Amino acid sequence: MEKTSSIHASDINIIRKKHMRLFIAGLILLALIVVTGTITNYNHIDGLVSVPAALQWLFANMYFSGSTLSRLPTVLRLLWETVLISIVSTTTAAFFAMLFAIVGSKRTSVNGFLMYFAKLVASISRNIPVVAWALILVLSFGTNAATGFLALFFGTFGFLVRAFIETIDETSGDTVEALKATGATYPQVISKAVIPESMPQMFSWVLFMIETNIRSATLVGLLTGTGIGYLFDLYYKQLNYEMVSLITLAIVVAVLAIEVVSNWIRREIL
Amino acid sequence: MNVETLTRPEQTTGKKTQEVVFPFPEEKADDTRQADRNKPVIMEISNIDKSYSANKKVLKDISFDIRKGEVLSIIGPSGAGKSTLLRIINRMIEPNSGSIRFQDKDTLNMKGRSLRNMRTDIGMIFQHYNLVDRLSVFENVLHGRLGYKSSLQGIFSMYSEAEKEKAVEIISELGIEEQIYKRCDELSGGQKQRVGIARALIQDPKIILCDEPIASLDPNSSKIIMEYLRRISRERDITIIVNLHQLDVAKQYSDRIIGLNDGSIVFNDAPEAITAESINRIYGSKLDELIVE
Repeated sequence: MEKTSSIHASDINIIRKKHMRLFIAGLILLALIVVTGTITNYNHIDGLVSVPAALQWLFANMYFSGSTLSRLPTVLRLLWETVLISIVSTTTAAFFAMLFAIVGSKRTSVNGFLMYFAKLVASISRNIPVVAWALILVLSFGTNAATGFLALFFGTFGFLVRAFIETIDETSGDTVEALKATGATYPQVISKAVIPESMPQMFSWVLFMIETNIRSATLVGLLTGTGIGYLFDLYYKQLNYEMVSLITLAIVVAVLAIEVVSNWIRREIL
Repeated sequence: MNVETLTRPEQTTGKKTQEVVFPFPEEKADDTRQADRNKPVIMEISNIDKSYSANKKVLKDISFDIRKGEVLSIIGPSGAGKSTLLRIINRMIEPNSGSIRFQDKDTLNMKGRSLRNMRTDIGMIFQHYNLVDRLSVFENVLHGRLGYKSSLQGIFSMYSEAEKEKAVEIISELGIEEQIYKRCDELSGGQKQRVGIARALIQDPKIILCDEPIASLDPNSSKIIMEYLRRISRERDITIIVNLHQLDVAKQYSDRIIGLNDGSIVFNDAPEAITAESINRIYGSKLDELIVE
């Protein structure tokens, strides 16, 4: 196939344009750092210089002794409570998120109105941060575990609806069509095609949210006066840094442990 | 694509060398075409129009009859409306106007239970097989029975013994009995398509719609699938309607060919009646330009 090309390689400046764009993007980033720093009176140099001093203070104060360790059982009990609250709120949220996602996905939606309604509810509950949920709910429910549960529930619910909708959209299109063509009913299509196809990925999202929520639960507990977050707050305000560091360490270990377990589960089921 | 392997069966025994065993002698499979003119009409499609947007019609005034037990190929260039036409037959896509009579009923008015009943009479297989990958071959085949069941029976997989036996029988007939417990994502393309055929067959359909059934398969698997489809039409008197984009495959396996160009039927006759001129009308190009060596 011989063809005289009218295009000369030297005319093609795609690569040059890309380099130019990268350079401009870099300049914009730099300008943003300088401008935002100036507006907020934040000096980047001072910020960097203060890091060693802060670290030095941390290492000088944040260690714990044997006497602090005697209070470890209390820490572990509250930590356990926090972990359980995170798991129960995530799994409950996952259940409701699945119902909303089935209605909200364009592959499986029953009608347009319900689809947008489901997406709207999810979007509202997702876009209010967990901390804001906690503060709002404390006003109406008071400081107890239920408030923490609900705060985590709403944040997780919104996120999972969105993740589940994307999962269903990605995985189930073809099989939904095939089962509809056999004359299957809507509930049959959901149970035989959509759920088996999207289950592993949904499960993976739930595990991810359990991990995230154990971290969030600490913060939520601090605001709602429950769990390990409350204990942290208590000792922090008493300037008992030994206990604060013990609690922090316990949280880190718990989060790592959960991550290891959930990675293992993910490997086994996917 | 190697045209030779598709069109000319090699003069060997019924065995194939690869993982599949070809279950019947090829000379028998290549039997003469039936005189489809005498077969009763089971579906009449009249004046179907379909457009997805206001200014572009996908199908224009489509009318044709479908006869019992025939192999009917629909050919045409990409975007001619082949897939849309196929899905209008079982109402996966709604036409804008026209009528379809199937077993003396107008299918376009059907709703709910009667629509589902109509779909149980029409099986469908797909280019990408559309199986539930994470379920076993056996479960996927039984999905073909869902149309006969109530929602609850379906959800809890309450299939009767007779249905399960029928599934095993069809699976064995299609030569995939060794794969029966396997998850569908472990199968090869040709095996997946045979699961698709099994799922359609267990519906006990009058018609099987095939949307580009061999477009994702290698020549050998393609041949096996086409042989199976023809055999189904001969042995069970099931009508096979198949979208194809290989002209030579259509010529070899069909009793009748419908040529679609830009949403209109430009050819509707036996494969022998295809001429260079009709090919030009269907594809808008000469025959020799179509052959990819």
